[in-house]
Amino acid sequence: MADGKRRKVGRSEGGSTTPGGPSNRPLVQPSHDFRVVGKALRKVDATAKVLGVTKFADDLSLPRMLYCKLLRSPHPHARIVRIDAARALTLPGVKAVLTGKDLPIPFGILPVSQDEHALALDKARFVGDPVAGVAAVSEEVATAALDLIAVEYEPLRPIRDHLDAVEHPEPRIHDYGDHGNLHKLINLEFGDVEAGFAEAELVREDLLFFEGNTHLPMEQHAAVAEWSPDGKLTLWSSTQTPHYVHRALAKVLELPPARVRVIATTNGGAFGGKSDPFSHEIVVAKLAMLTGRPVKITLTREEVFYCHRGRHPTLMWVKTGVKKDGAITAMHFKSLLDGGGYGSYGVASTYYTGALQTVTHHVPRYKFQGARAFTNKPPCGPKRGHGTPQPRFALEVHFDKIAEQLGIDPADFRLKHLVPPHSLTANWLRIGSMGLAECIRKVVAGSGWKERYRKLPYGQGVGLACSSYITGAGLPIYWNAMPHSGVQLKCDRGGGVTVFCGSTEIGQGSDSVLAIIVAEVLGLDPFDIAVVAADTDLTPVDLGSYSSRVTLMTGNAAIQAAERARDLIARHAAPKLEAPVERITFVGGRVFDAASPERGISFAEAVQLAEAAAGTVGTVGSYTPAAGAGKYRGAGVGPSPAYSYSACVALVDVDPATGIVRVPKIWIAHDVGRSINAAAVMGQIEGSIYMGLGEALMEEMAYRGNRNVVHKIPSLLEYKSPTTLEMCDVITYVVEDPDPNGPFGAKECGQGPLLPVPPAVANAVYDAVGVRIDEVPITPEKVFKALRRKEKGEEPRFGPLGFPDLPWPEPTRVAPPWEGGDGRAGEGGRGREKAVGVTAGRRR
Amino acid sequence: MRPDSKAKIAFELNGEPVEVAFAPHKTLLEVLREDLALTGTKHGCELGECGTCTVLLDGAPVLSCLVLGLACERRRVKTVEGLAQGSRLHPLQEAFAALGAAQCGYCTPAFLLTADALLADNPSPNRDDIKQALSGNLCRCTGYIKIYEAVELAAARLRGEKAEPARESLYGRR
Ligand code: FES
Ligand code: FES
Repeated sequence: MADGKRRKVGRSEGGSTTPGGPSNRPLVQPSHDFRVVGKALRKVDATAKVLGVTKFADDLSLPRMLYCKLLRSPHPHARIVRIDAARALTLPGVKAVLTGKDLPIPFGILPVSQDEHALALDKARFVGDPVAGVAAVSEEVATAALDLIAVEYEPLRPIRDHLDAVEHPEPRIHDYGDHGNLHKLINLEFGDVEAGFAEAELVREDLLFFEGNTHLPMEQHAAVAEWSPDGKLTLWSSTQTPHYVHRALAKVLELPPARVRVIATTNGGAFGGKSDPFSHEIVVAKLAMLTGRPVKITLTREEVFYCHRGRHPTLMWVKTGVKKDGAITAMHFKSLLDGGGYGSYGVASTYYTGALQTVTHHVPRYKFQGARAFTNKPPCGPKRGHGTPQPRFALEVHFDKIAEQLGIDPADFRLKHLVPPHSLTANWLRIGSMGLAECIRKVVAGSGWKERYRKLPYGQGVGLACSSYITGAGLPIYWNAMPHSGVQLKCDRGGGVTVFCGSTEIGQGSDSVLAIIVAEVLGLDPFDIAVVAADTDLTPVDLGSYSSRVTLMTGNAAIQAAERARDLIARHAAPKLEAPVERITFVGGRVFDAASPERGISFAEAVQLAEAAAGTVGTVGSYTPAAGAGKYRGAGVGPSPAYSYSACVALVDVDPATGIVRVPKIWIAHDVGRSINAAAVMGQIEGSIYMGLGEALMEEMAYRGNRNVVHKIPSLLEYKSPTTLEMCDVITYVVEDPDPNGPFGAKECGQGPLLPVPPAVANAVYDAVGVRIDEVPITPEKVFKALRRKEKGEEPRFGPLGFPDLPWPEPTRVAPPWEGGDGRAGEGGRGREKAVGVTAGRRR
Repeated sequence: MRPDSKAKIAFELNGEPVEVAFAPHKTLLEVLREDLALTGTKHGCELGECGTCTVLLDGAPVLSCLVLGLACERRRVKTVEGLAQGSRLHPLQEAFAALGAAQCGYCTPAFLLTADALLADNPSPNRDDIKQALSGNLCRCTGYIKIYEAVELAAARLRGEKAEPARESLYGRR
């Protein structure tokens, strides 16, 4: 594919704040040297946090409050024959008991998988699935009451993992899904990949596996519900998505949405694990309605493991054809996800395992087949990077092997054939700014890559990997034409400004982003801005703190609201300042004529002029991403207003005697478009590296497959995560390639930098000791086994051996942009479905 | 004593004498949060695994989820609520806020107190001393780096040095 054939796109297609106000186009042009944006600022909530006065959900206590406990299934897969809660109700102090039939309406985060019940209705689908709930005067009494609930189960054969699900379509875990216990099957083809492989000078296939892992937020989920006899329900919850919880409560409890208020308390860490509506939220709400008293639940750490919604264990097969210079001619990628007991975000997760292969290096023809299995384990869902760290691991290890076969340095390989900025990919994703080349150069220079790669003593190695991530999903979870983020802004005659937004503070700094952006536009100090967030009664809808969408989407909405306020105030300050409105400038708490800055008034006086002339000073802003370019079924996952880019070099020490891998240092460069708060960007990048390191080396959700699919390690001690002693040094390079769609050019930085870490570590292990660990986590046992195999002259590798044949549907064929397609499915490609699967095999 | 009748003890809490009555099986964590309404002390497991509930008992870090309230009779307890000096932040709190060492902030009280005990023992800890001292506290947000830098900054200021955060800590390399 010639570069010239790639279609360029311009800014005009890139997203919109809502038209409608008279001042849709800003009257006053923004200044280009920022006063607040891009500085390293203390977060607006930092003082409360270091004082310990921030109220998390479990810190709330209301008069007459009851405590809730959930009874959970001890079986991975069982029919519920009978539940008798009568004895529990006789225990003094027990106020109410609920079972599945009390909450029969199903819910789920995605409209296509409304497959959960607040309490299991007829079937339990994993060990830990809630089956009954109790409200009592204390946690102790509630816990004692659980023992008095008699449940008769009829155990069914459990489905242990994705391969078991393929082999056993029966017994079915759910009565819906694409095939037996396969929840979802996807088959997409963009151009004729077989023709592409025929043009290649090297075709390589690899099999990789990414083990599941969990978010492990330090705060256990908690919720408090209060019911008022006038028919109004309030729920405080540690949730990332109050808007979706609001919808689920209204649906399951059959309440008018206007009578339901959800307040997301500051989350004590979330990472995607608090973005589904949960059983415990609905159960405490119903218990509050029944008892007329506030009801609280705080999950135990063990229960947090059962909520899960973490990284899907994913088996992957990838085949790529390349020319001698590394130019890709075609790629075919297959993934099989172990989904756990419910749908959760799983359909989206499955699409995400195939969506972003095309956004770093030019892939002219691309085929993706993805499948998600239902299994009898806690449901998987979105964890930091949602569905993309697994394929990114596969791809970057695969590229490392291809580069070696071609005799090209992996850094040089990655610098070639990059996706150009402002272009479309084979699967119709619209790329904006693209700073990956700069990222690669930074980490290569900083790490001394050229002096180290293949030159370090045995046992030490360096590895390189790249990645990209979305800055917000282009489509909402349920289809609608409304904005994804809304902001209301109120200016006080005292000069204070309050900004109202549904976005949720999970530690990422969303409240500060709002304050900084409004302060920038209005020439104020961020600490002059009061932020009211994440309360469905008080704040306009923001879809939630997921998919790295908040900075871009609420940021753009905040800019629009603030610019409208600025223009309104400027119009009424202009006569007093005897200057044309275009020259009215807002800086340092003053409003003045840019031509004579000494002639000015305070911001408060300017607000008073506007209020006297036009009434209460309030504005709104909103943001809706532009429609994606792809129009085929499945095109909804992958489009984003902007893509962030990262490159990473990991240095490892491998002890050949034990297989123990240590990572002393990681160099990361991240293209954030523009920093809104420089200090927060650093924190997000370092935190992402930390989490990526945990996934690379140790974190795994392990189950006793042979013993009833019981979770092996539902505790913080046994679930290994990096402490200060395992965490590596991090050298961070911030690259700023502003994206036209980002607020002041900003893109995401809270998820993307995690992605290159596992493959960089895997590639470094190979550089150190010459074995390929095609599976994360890279535990000592796996390295040790691969080293023994190497000694015996066997393949020096640890990883999966096969990918099962799956009943794929006919492919949806979409011609890539350069083949003259229009983004719709048609007969653009000639690829016929062939049996490309290798024999199914279990992992070693 | 009947198991459900309350025990009453006196101890020193954040420099002030307190008396509190509570069910005798309660942990110090529960007594602080539920009976004294000091919710600054957090929990991540209540099993002694995460360090999130750390407070200082007679100046030494302890896991308050593993200490019985009754064991604190006549002893000295310090929680995050006792760190600030009047209306001024403690230098550790100041440094944590300035560097973004508190992201979600849930682990923060425990890290502050553990660091406070470290600096009382060793006013000039090196990076390894800090890592060792904090190795029992989990943080899922920060990757610990900003926490180390904040402890180093606070230590320098407590030694009377005029220290500021390094530009690279706040802005990275560019
Ligand atoms: S709460 Fe985890 S150690 Fe105490
Ligand atoms: S700041 Fe969130 S766990 Fe440490």
